Amino acid sequence: MNKIDWAAFPDARGHFGPYGGRFVSETLMGALDELQAVYEQYMQDPDFLAELDHDLKQFVGRPNPLYHAERMSQELGGAQIYLKREDLNHTGAHKVNNTIGQALLAKRLGKKRIIAETGAGQHGVATATVAARLGLECVVYMGEEDTRRQTQNVYRMRLLGAEVVAVKSGTRTLKDALNEAMRDWVTNVDDTFYIIGTVAGPHPYPAMVRDFQAVIGREAREQHLEMTGRLPDTLVACVGGGSNAIGLFHAFLGDESVEMVGVEAGGDGVETGRHSAPLCAGQPGVLHGNRTYLMEDENGQIIGTHSVSAGLDYPGVGPEHAWLKDIGRVNYVSVTDDQALAGFHRMTRTEGIIPALETSHAIAHVLDLAPQMRPDQSIIINLSGRGDKDLNTVAEREGITL
Amino acid sequence: MSRIEQRFAELRKQNRAALIPYVTAGDPEPGATVPLMHALVEAGADLIELGVPFSDPMADGPVIQKACERALRFGTGLRDVLAMVAEFRKTDTTTPVVLMGYLNPVERMGYETFAQTAKAAGLDGLLTVDLPPEESEDVVGLLEQAGIDPIFLIAPTTSEARIDHVARAARGFVYYVSLKGVTGSQTLDTSALAARLEGLRRHTGLPLGVGFGIRDAETAGKVAQVADAVVVGSAIVRLAEEHDGDADGFARAAAVVVSEMRHAMDAARSPGAAATV
Repeated sequence: MNKIDWAAFPDARGHFGPYGGRFVSETLMGALDELQAVYEQYMQDPDFLAELDHDLKQFVGRPNPLYHAERMSQELGGAQIYLKREDLNHTGAHKVNNTIGQALLAKRLGKKRIIAETGAGQHGVATATVAARLGLECVVYMGEEDTRRQTQNVYRMRLLGAEVVAVKSGTRTLKDALNEAMRDWVTNVDDTFYIIGTVAGPHPYPAMVRDFQAVIGREAREQHLEMTGRLPDTLVACVGGGSNAIGLFHAFLGDESVEMVGVEAGGDGVETGRHSAPLCAGQPGVLHGNRTYLMEDENGQIIGTHSVSAGLDYPGVGPEHAWLKDIGRVNYVSVTDDQALAGFHRMTRTEGIIPALETSHAIAHVLDLAPQMRPDQSIIINLSGRGDKDLNTVAEREGITL
Repeated sequence: MSRIEQRFAELRKQNRAALIPYVTAGDPEPGATVPLMHALVEAGADLIELGVPFSDPMADGPVIQKACERALRFGTGLRDVLAMVAEFRKTDTTTPVVLMGYLNPVERMGYETFAQTAKAAGLDGLLTVDLPPEESEDVVGLLEQAGIDPIFLIAPTTSEARIDHVARAARGFVYYVSLKGVTGSQTLDTSALAARLEGLRRHTGLPLGVGFGIRDAETAGKVAQVADAVVVGSAIVRLAEEHDGDADGFARAAAVVVSEMRHAMDAARSPGAAATV
């Protein structure tokens, strides 16, 4: 691969090659210009960055450990496995890295009201949390189907003072929650800040969310160098919209020896059509403000997705991933619901860490990958979230009533 | 001269504003759309805006969302919609037809295939709500070659600098979104509208259409005093829901609403009418 200047992406209009951009109705263009301006300004502002660092340390609990999963590494008999412990963040997932950052921008902009979309509820909880802390009004849109799958997170958000709106349109999942959040934003654009939870949406969101999540990879790179004296051989992360994966990958993009794997939700198997794996089985199109890989039919209608994990149940993916796929920098694969469940149990029983079902997809891939590697090689898995929210789903799937 | 230019030129001579009803193609069922289009023209429509059903209509309120869902039950796709335009053109060669929808179905079909198929069907314009001029270079070039006008939106939030940019890219007419929000929203501030349109005319010589929030004949009349075209969507589409699958009943009710608006608009432009805006 030719040397790529990774810092040059996205371009000034938010393009990663043919992907990304800003495909929204005219009413939002001014708000996006304003957001881009403040984001560019404050990412250079020492006071803002100091406040962000302070919050990440004191409120989120960063840096979190890079943990050597010795027992799992031994059992699999191949590469050494390291876990970047985003599950140990306050609110239990990587999502808060981004909501802390965007909420600080909202405060700088003087916005009084925060809105967000959520799938599994982790981003909604992370948003409701920062809104509570800053005393901002908060409305979270969640597909009705997901509010049923994730009742605990719904209650958590309500405890935090957020209004949770169950979205009843379309397929009643994450994509419809995003549509509804966009409709809210277009109506209340003057006083409302929209905190998008993943590296998708119109520019500058994919770049901005990436920059707030990139702390994951910066820490992991430094920690791995310190622990082993070398860079890891492979990074593995699950990909729904792709924010935890970009967060881990970004600091390593220029390290040519480091391979990267993004793991999509294969649902019942990509061959069945019941999955959420646009990079593996979709094609480019335009949805939710950006051009990227999508799951769609021959008429360009977005089709229903399926995954055991609500957080990966989305028909699109961040545009930077689409580009990283096309240029071959990251390899994208999928694992099925059943494989993810096996990963969930293996991690829980071997390392005493209950991972989120989203994260379990990355673990499942490593169960196959690690034995093909040598013990002097290493893999970092982004342990992107903890699994407490998924206990009902897992139990139900296994015929257990809690 | 394009059909859209021709139509606005005729109306200007008559001192009338254009009435542009919007209906979602395939709602309540695909066979209903072409007869409905003819009925709207009969009732006084000057131009038809035909909605392309989309699974994720982000800029639309509940009324048009549900219309999309009804149309998609029959799998109404962009190719079907273009076939409806071609069918309409067989007996109406003068009423301009503009498609309104979202970009992804056009992307999926391919810009070039779309432009060619649309030209053959007799389409006059394309308005994709999620395609700002910044991202439109590829498609606009192909549309122009095919003689199809790209219609762009200007919103209350559009800055002076952007207005010029949008106006330069626009053809046919400029669609002014009269309020912040989704289609079918509640209130339209007609007094602010007059000043805003006055400002826009300094940037473009194209006709100015106004849409979003025009719910009844009275509002249509007020808007017609200051705008060159009045776009009415949800106020018509909600009748499809009320008539619950009865396509003929829907068409009759839609014709009544269009006819009322037509009269109110013409009365508002008549020499004796008092300026109420």
